[in-house]
Amino acid sequence: DIGDVGHKYHLELVLEDVLDKDSTVNCTAEVLYHLGNKNIAPDVHFTIEGELKNTDEADNIFYNRIKSLEKELVAENIPDSHGNVSPEMEPIRLLAWVASGYVIWQNSTENTKFQLAQIKHVKQVKRSDEYLEFDYMILLHEMVSQEIIPWQMTVLWHPQHGVQVTQDSRQPKHA
Amino acid sequence: HQVLRIETRNEEEVKKLQLLESLEHLELDFWINPSTPALPVDVRIPVNSVQAVKAFLESHGIEYSILIEDLQVVLDQEKQDMAYSQQRERSSNSFNYGTYHSLDSIYAELDHLAAEYSNIVSKLQIGESYEKRPLYVLKFSTGGSNRPAIWIDAGIHSREWVTQASAIWIAKKIASDYGKDPSITSLLNKMDIFLLTVTNPDGYVFTHTTNRMWRKTRSKNQGSSCVGVDPNRNWDAGFGGPGASSNPCSDSYRGPSANSEVEVKSVVNFIKNHGNIRAFLTLHSYSQLLMYPYGYKCTEPADYAELDALGRAAASSIQSLYGTTFTVGSICTAIYQASGGSIDWSYDYGIKYSFAFELRDTGRYGFLLPANQIIPTAKETWLGLKKIMEHVRDNPY
Repeated sequence: DIGDVGHKYHLELVLEDVLDKDSTVNCTAEVLYHLGNKNIAPDVHFTIEGELKNTDEADNIFYNRIKSLEKELVAENIPDSHGNVSPEMEPIRLLAWVASGYVIWQNSTENTKFQLAQIKHVKQVKRSDEYLEFDYMILLHEMVSQEIIPWQMTVLWHPQHGVQVTQDSRQPKHA
Repeated sequence: HQVLRIETRNEEEVKKLQLLESLEHLELDFWINPSTPALPVDVRIPVNSVQAVKAFLESHGIEYSILIEDLQVVLDQEKQDMAYSQQRERSSNSFNYGTYHSLDSIYAELDHLAAEYSNIVSKLQIGESYEKRPLYVLKFSTGGSNRPAIWIDAGIHSREWVTQASAIWIAKKIASDYGKDPSITSLLNKMDIFLLTVTNPDGYVFTHTTNRMWRKTRSKNQGSSCVGVDPNRNWDAGFGGPGASSNPCSDSYRGPSANSEVEVKSVVNFIKNHGNIRAFLTLHSYSQLLMYPYGYKCTEPADYAELDALGRAAASSIQSLYGTTFTVGSICTAIYQASGGSIDWSYDYGIKYSFAFELRDTGRYGFLLPANQIIPTAKETWLGLKKIMEHVRDNPY
């Protein structure tokens, strides 16, 4: 409890590679939730003990595959109602997961717990530079209120330059 | 009916489409509503409006493409595909437990189980849903008269598909293991089991037809355009307290009063009329939690020590199969404060062994758990349930 500032949490966690359960890395982090103003994202500082796996090969395969598409990629409902994700869509899903992490961070308080529930729609946006751009409509599941919140996010990605969310906005819920 | 995809280029075009949206006589059904130029607009157009809409778009220079030329053809094909696979299932006389099923398909399997294992399984109707669908409970009994019994329910929240799917697998397991597995055999020789596989059938159908993420019942709320009540905030346990919403549009809306939802009332009536229920176990997803009361308050139940120890033993059994870890605790400490929950009601009613399970996973797929995880989930959950039921059998109270 940091008087007049907020609540600080010290965390010790283990990061597990989604694609390789045996590959783990220890991590420590400090999260400060600001008192009062709920429009400020919590401060996060972290240290990774060790190195994250190199993903250059997989990144480049995905990058080249998208670059060589004749028409811009469009897809919806990932996963579908039965939890299926086609192999071609798996990197699109992982990208959304990473990007949604940013959106979740920016919108988290001590009283929220967000998860990415589904990608409703994704459309690739043509670009003249070497970045890939995707326009996502995702559904976030907020566990405390149990609400499903549609959220639009524009995501930029490049194998060497990483992920960026350039625009995001909460959408109105359907009746 | 045609489905068009309209690629808007700017805000102006989005506004024109929103104008189109407001023209009710066209009866347009937007699958993706016009909101931002970054996203396409998909709209289903009834045959009588097709020409008018296309003329409108063309006159404003708005580009579109035909996504579905004739929707009826697509629907007919889908129906044919489903009928074909259903026919294959029927003729091969086997229900595929490793996939998600429609309500009708689950209900058909309940009848099949009651017929195949008629010596111990019977089907009862305990009431009707808001939209008048039957609420069916399977009774597992080797006889006696009003024996002490265990209650298990699944699918109170309709989007939690792995629970209904696991419940039907568990039904098959109980029926087929009697006479083979010593534990279940001795249990059914002393006690009955009641299993409600789909507690919220209206919601379940809605997740298949309209919105996969629907959680609540489908009851109309007076004075609101929003539909449905969260059935697990509607029980008479701390009703109206923190952890439930008074807003009908909320996914945790508690309803106008306790037991306002017929689905909840039907279970309450059944439990009260039976008079000899000794355990109340309910299945939810997701988060991998095993919880005991209370949710409506953050104080320990009187039987805390026993329930916690039993919960840990059950979690241990679950883990023994595939390594899946469940966190054990009261609802308030494990998840959040939530009033009007079912196991709080059952516990305060006198049913000591009241537990709520949150099944797989922890968020990677969440509600959209891949079908290939149904059977592993059902199997590990069964071990946890069995551990609790054995304890109930051996500790009459």
